[in-house]
Amino acid sequence: MKAAAQQALDATSARGVTYADARAVAMRNRSLSTKNGRVGHASESESLGIGVRVIADGAWGFAASSDLSRASLAAAAERAVAIARASARVKRENVRLAPEAPAVADWTTPYKVDPFSTSVEENIDLLLKADAEMNAVAGVTLAETGMNFLREESWFLSSEGADIHQTKYSTGGGCTAYAFAASEIQKRSYPNSFGGQWQNRGYEQIEEMKLLENARRVGEEAVALHSAEQCPEGAFTIVLDGSQLGLQIHESVGHPIELDRVLGMEANFAGTSFLTLEKLGKLRYGSEIVNVVADARQEHGPGLGTFAYDDEGVPAQSTPIITNGRFTGYLSSRETAHTINATRSGGTLRAEGWNRLPMIRMTNVSILPGEEPLTLEQLIASTGDGIYMETNKSWSIDDKRYNFQFGCEIAWEIKNGKRVRMLKNPSYSGITTEFWNSMDAICSRDEWTLWGTPNCGKGQPQQVVGTGHGASPARFRNIRVGSAYKGS
Amino acid sequence: MLTKEKAADIFDLICGFSSADEVECIFTGSRFALTRFANNTIHQNVEEENSVVSIRTNFGGRTARATVNQFDRDSLRRAVDASEKLARIQVPDPDLLPMPTPAEATAEGEGVLSTQAPSRFFEETAAIAPADRAEVVKGIVSIADRHKLTAAGIYSSSESEEGIFNSRGLADWHRQTMAEVSITMLGNDSSGWQKLNSPNVCLLDPTRLADTAAQKAVDSTHPRELAPGKYTVILEPAAVLDIVGFMFWDYSGVAILDQRSFLNDRIGTKLFGDNINIADDVTHPMQAGSPFDGEGMRRQRVQLVENGVVKRVVYARSTAKKMRASEYAAKVGPIAPTGHGFPLPNEIGEMPMNIVFGTVFATPENAPTVEKMIASTERGVLVTRLWYIREVDPYEKIVTGMTRDGTFLVENGKVQCGLRNFRFNQSLIALLSNVEGMSQPARACGEESFDMVVPAMKVREFNFTEVTKF
Repeated sequence: MKAAAQQALDATSARGVTYADARAVAMRNRSLSTKNGRVGHASESESLGIGVRVIADGAWGFAASSDLSRASLAAAAERAVAIARASARVKRENVRLAPEAPAVADWTTPYKVDPFSTSVEENIDLLLKADAEMNAVAGVTLAETGMNFLREESWFLSSEGADIHQTKYSTGGGCTAYAFAASEIQKRSYPNSFGGQWQNRGYEQIEEMKLLENARRVGEEAVALHSAEQCPEGAFTIVLDGSQLGLQIHESVGHPIELDRVLGMEANFAGTSFLTLEKLGKLRYGSEIVNVVADARQEHGPGLGTFAYDDEGVPAQSTPIITNGRFTGYLSSRETAHTINATRSGGTLRAEGWNRLPMIRMTNVSILPGEEPLTLEQLIASTGDGIYMETNKSWSIDDKRYNFQFGCEIAWEIKNGKRVRMLKNPSYSGITTEFWNSMDAICSRDEWTLWGTPNCGKGQPQQVVGTGHGASPARFRNIRVGSAYKGS
Repeated sequence: MLTKEKAADIFDLICGFSSADEVECIFTGSRFALTRFANNTIHQNVEEENSVVSIRTNFGGRTARATVNQFDRDSLRRAVDASEKLARIQVPDPDLLPMPTPAEATAEGEGVLSTQAPSRFFEETAAIAPADRAEVVKGIVSIADRHKLTAAGIYSSSESEEGIFNSRGLADWHRQTMAEVSITMLGNDSSGWQKLNSPNVCLLDPTRLADTAAQKAVDSTHPRELAPGKYTVILEPAAVLDIVGFMFWDYSGVAILDQRSFLNDRIGTKLFGDNINIADDVTHPMQAGSPFDGEGMRRQRVQLVENGVVKRVVYARSTAKKMRASEYAAKVGPIAPTGHGFPLPNEIGEMPMNIVFGTVFATPENAPTVEKMIASTERGVLVTRLWYIREVDPYEKIVTGMTRDGTFLVENGKVQCGLRNFRFNQSLIALLSNVEGMSQPARACGEESFDMVVPAMKVREFNFTEVTKF
């Protein structure tokens, strides 16, 4: 594959380009699921191809092909250049790339067990056992489990001399129980909803998940929700579990700090951002205890946004995004760095696969845990009255990332510092900066988990990539609760 | 690009590698190009060519799939082995049917019609080159410049192939082209949006779309804030399709069997207003897509809702078999394979994805238009587009989301001004019970759901729960 990438890159050299890179990618995926005691789907897939990115006449062109023949690679390079010249017909200024020393490197996700070395029988056996645990609960009407492995091997070569070989592994899984009765459908998921928990690790991710140990509880809670009272409407103190806070970060911090959004490049689809350039270093984003970083380095943890180099050859970095509540950083690329007077890219350009143009994506956008020891139970005990919410059920936010509304699968009322009755259909809503400024407590490192969001969509054509979000449970004061059911 | 003949040769090769009782191959291939612009500049411009074969093997009730995008013998043999290995270790599924024969795939179902879809391949669309797309974008940008606006959007074009072969003799093939234009015009504190696609590029008018988007941006400057509450709304077709699209996952036999559908215990009841009629019809001249499903069954026209009554759902073959034997059989209307199944194996069964809303106008030329709906509205909100829609309650079908890119106050029969965008929490059952007027249905596309043939709708008591800051 590296030789093919070199052929594609070489084919651009005589065509008057000022920059070129070629990215060859070989992807392998295993996807397994069960539903109500049977295998739901079982599939393996492979996808190989090369994408060629060039700057000619000061504008971008990109062409990709799955055909790895010499003739096809030359044709892809030729098309990329022709496309760049067409782009140049509607431009205001030339593309400017921040300088980056070309890297020569070889890196692989650290893992204990190659997930593809595990037997499918073993995989399905675990899923069917978890499925059976949920189905053993009277009232569960649908039980689903799933497990996914992804291996992405890439070779990045650039006209500047970069030569980077990376192999990334992502592993994820989880289970969900549904209960339909009367006029209501309730569900519970573990360890997270919408695909479970994902990290860039090997099969140890699945082994440490404790799927079997939690499956029955998940089923019992789905059924118990039918007997729970409706979550009240009004202004409340809320405590969010780490997985929900991870998604809150994703939507109300991660997306608005994408510099391409800020600059209007995503205006037609994903939207823009309220974080206009003059707010950098000045905006009070959150309270003093809100500290957020975008960290792609392995030492941050094995998140879905962990790598050694991004897809334009820039090393993984840690960027302070919110520092003691103040807005301090964007996610940037070589093309956009100059707009914030940065001398170097923040290293966040990633593509879904060989056939997609890399773009600014969240790496691991994480809130740092509290420095003083604080467990979830201690946090609840110190809360007085409030509502504790767990596991996302729905999420929505406007196209500048101000107004959001989240629903959770389950909640419990907090009364005098104790978790008391269960509440169903909890939701909360607000305005991003008001919300983060209302945070007055966050649990410490022992409660911190690097959650994975495997399904983040952005771009045209849309690209889905995984992002990481470290979070521990946190408390927010005077939050609007229950709007989702208001007036319905 | 693949051809049916090339694919047939590859299929024969794959069958030679396999020891399975049955083999099925789904071929997909495309040449796709997209020119993306923002800040009145082309900033991304891409083209991709890819061909894929997805191989399903069956061993007596055990089935699995492996997919590969290389067609050399080693890659194909590896994919066959992967599919067979995954299939062999499974416990046999008593509901898994033998692959369909050509006769079964084209048979008419009970109470439904089967006709041929029209050709959806247009040379004019297939021939679009990067310079053609750049020229169209230049025209769009010139309209933005004229209004002192900033344009962002896409112009894409593609040609694609999709085919299915199985070892019981089935061989079907579909070619299609598609061109799409989406435009956002941005002002200092306002925006407007339009989007349309068609297999035939000659049916797209980027200039008219750009003019409309620009006018919306101009008309919505200095937006006012209106208190949230229940308002009469006029939803343009893109807004209708994006919000109603969230219910069609539930018009599925598997969704009923799984008890995750809002139609559980509701089929045969009058759920919506008398004026709601919905069919799934791949043959409709304004529709697009392949005329066969994931098993190769020809898609059939299915009347889902008639005069507000939910009549039936769609079925893959094995779902129909399961439903007939289930406790729900007497309560779900006609049960028959309808050609709406996803490729096997899967958990979700089937879904109608060629939705066509029906309207009954004695004289179609007198059908309401958005303009007439505005003229008949004393106080309401005109909505161009909805965004980030997600399900809040699966049984009452409450969905939440935002308005975007052109939200207007209508008073005394006229558009008065732009409005700050709202968050809504709206039951789709209530929405389709409160439709006061509909325009002639037209092909529309959005971002939250698949393309449909839908009308604009005037709806009373639409539930806005919050207002954002712009």
